[in-house]
Amino acid sequence: MFYREAGDFNTSYAEDQQTFPIKFDRYRYYVVLFIAIFVVPFIINDYWANSFLLPFLIYAIAAIGLNILVGYCGQVSLGTGGFMAVGAYACYKLMTAMPDVSMFIHVLLAGLITAAVGVLFGLPSLRIKGFYLAVATLAAQFFLVWLFNRVPWFYNYSASGQINAPERDTFGILITGPNTEAWATYMFCLIFTIASALVARNLTRGSVGRKWMAIRDMDIAAEIIGVNPLRAKLTAFAVSSFFIGISGALFFSIYLGAVEVGEVFGITKSFLVLFMIIIGGLGSIFGSFAGAAFLVLLPVLLKIVGVDWLGWPTDIVAHLQLVIVGGLIVVFLIAEPHGLAQLWRVAKEKLRLWPFPH
Amino acid sequence: MPEQLAFTIEVFLNGLMAGVLYALVALGFVLIYKASGIFNYAQGVMALFAAMTLVGIQNGQVPFSHLINAILGTDVHHFGWHVHSAIAIVFTVAVMVVLAVCVQRFVFRHLVGQEPIILFMATIGLAYFLEGVADLMWGSEIKSLNVCAAEGACLPQGLNMWIDETTYNAFGYGFFIDNLDIVASIVAIILVVGLVMFAQYTKQGRAMRAVADDHQAALSVGVSLNFIWILVWSLAGFVALVAGIMWGAKSGVQFSLSLIALKALPVLMLGGFTSIPGAIVGGLIIGVGEKLFEFLIGAPFLGGATENWFAYMLALLFLVFRPQGLFGEKIIERV
Repeated sequence: MFYREAGDFNTSYAEDQQTFPIKFDRYRYYVVLFIAIFVVPFIINDYWANSFLLPFLIYAIAAIGLNILVGYCGQVSLGTGGFMAVGAYACYKLMTAMPDVSMFIHVLLAGLITAAVGVLFGLPSLRIKGFYLAVATLAAQFFLVWLFNRVPWFYNYSASGQINAPERDTFGILITGPNTEAWATYMFCLIFTIASALVARNLTRGSVGRKWMAIRDMDIAAEIIGVNPLRAKLTAFAVSSFFIGISGALFFSIYLGAVEVGEVFGITKSFLVLFMIIIGGLGSIFGSFAGAAFLVLLPVLLKIVGVDWLGWPTDIVAHLQLVIVGGLIVVFLIAEPHGLAQLWRVAKEKLRLWPFPH
Repeated sequence: MPEQLAFTIEVFLNGLMAGVLYALVALGFVLIYKASGIFNYAQGVMALFAAMTLVGIQNGQVPFSHLINAILGTDVHHFGWHVHSAIAIVFTVAVMVVLAVCVQRFVFRHLVGQEPIILFMATIGLAYFLEGVADLMWGSEIKSLNVCAAEGACLPQGLNMWIDETTYNAFGYGFFIDNLDIVASIVAIILVVGLVMFAQYTKQGRAMRAVADDHQAALSVGVSLNFIWILVWSLAGFVALVAGIMWGAKSGVQFSLSLIALKALPVLMLGGFTSIPGAIVGGLIIGVGEKLFEFLIGAPFLGGATENWFAYMLALLFLVFRPQGLFGEKIIERV
């Protein structure tokens, strides 16, 4: 009834190619942005920030990054945890080496460093494909975690082997360390999340993104029609690692504050982010958000239902969570390989006609 | 014999034994991959599941007892009997066959014709699912596993004294080799010979090779794909059980058992996904390579614990030069 393109006349090419061509979608997008920026910071409290909003925003960035590599370029990577660790440790080294520089710069630099590492580990993708490559990226995962565990320079020779985020501010507002306000950390992450989504969306619909998708759909055919596989694959690795590095830096400095690399950035983290994009939708920016929200909320919900309402022991709930996540992955791959994003798309198609049958 | 050289040889031998165990896990991967083109990441969790089921049946644990207690408020844990190892193994094999049928019936039958990478991700989901089910069924605490044929005839533990003494008398330096590793090597050899015989000389084995060669051609001469896939998953379940017994007896039945899948992946990349001899040779190379690297370079110069990534780096370097592995079939691509 209200969700249709009738009466919405585009008068320029720019209008014709905008991200949300339907008026209702566009307004919905503005409303979501408005609420996220101008409403949530005033009502946020520590519980909501730490149990849902911060992990959601940070995982969304990681999921966007991995989605670029897996969903758009078709190169499956299981090294996400390792690349997040690179972002975290790069951020830590920068924070301790240059205390006066703004955190914005540190996080961006951490992203750039991760991009360089990502390109290095992306080089084998030129020779090997499919799950051979997936297994090869495990090399990055194990090697990087080992490196940060064993080389004392990376954790500044601290006795515990952990890294702890020192107190840093941006424009006079404290955003890392133990004495932060919930709204400040939330806004800091939100800015990065919105920027990442915008950049990713515009990259993937431009010529770079089309080259990635050509490589994904059939790499030899893409090569024949003139896509340079070297550049396409390596840019995908670089951009993807850049986002994942940013999310790793935020995960360490803003969300956790202290990190033990094997525990936080182990292989389970790689699988978690991969599951987010499978459930959310491969090759979709919205899907990255949906998947991140889903897998961040699921444990919280299960804990509320299982432990608080039913009074079950926590270990049973934790095992049940494994069963549910694993089962969902299989169900989604069988029933809806494009994930929650596709369900959303189908719903929108239905809305266009509703309430008329044809 | 100089001390250092003897020590290196000992590390080499231990690496060889570890390699046999890696090969044992890798074998399960190769079986499924050859017959159905599925790269089964869940193989390690299957080994864990099999070992836990075996221990559970041996000790007469009630399956899902924690869950039942939590829901019904009861307090049941054990049936109160102990089952002989041989009978427990038979029951476990039966459970693995049921599992194979379920996996085939509910998961992979719906994914026929999908891209390999989708199948791979489905097996990751399957691994999580199985791990959760195993924990719910038998509890997640570390269990000790011992398989006994009769009273006093269990899987041996500890060092082999005979080798220690003989080599000490011969070279003036006693080699430390675990009894269990020797048994594992013998079992692995028997298993491989058995599997090769099965594939070469039985009707089902021939059908299995036909399916591996060409699905459609096999289908057109009357081979039931469904049956072969169930057969192959059951065989992989059996191999997982053997691997689970060996690793479980070595280091206890616990979550880390499922991580042996991660050890087997570089073995496969090195040996080629489609070759049984490749899995063996790859396993030996990785086992010896990582132990020697840790001993000669890792521990003295790099701070140790290099075993985690050495195999992957080796496989990665190797793949860049020979993408199909040592014994794999050449990859031919067409547009």
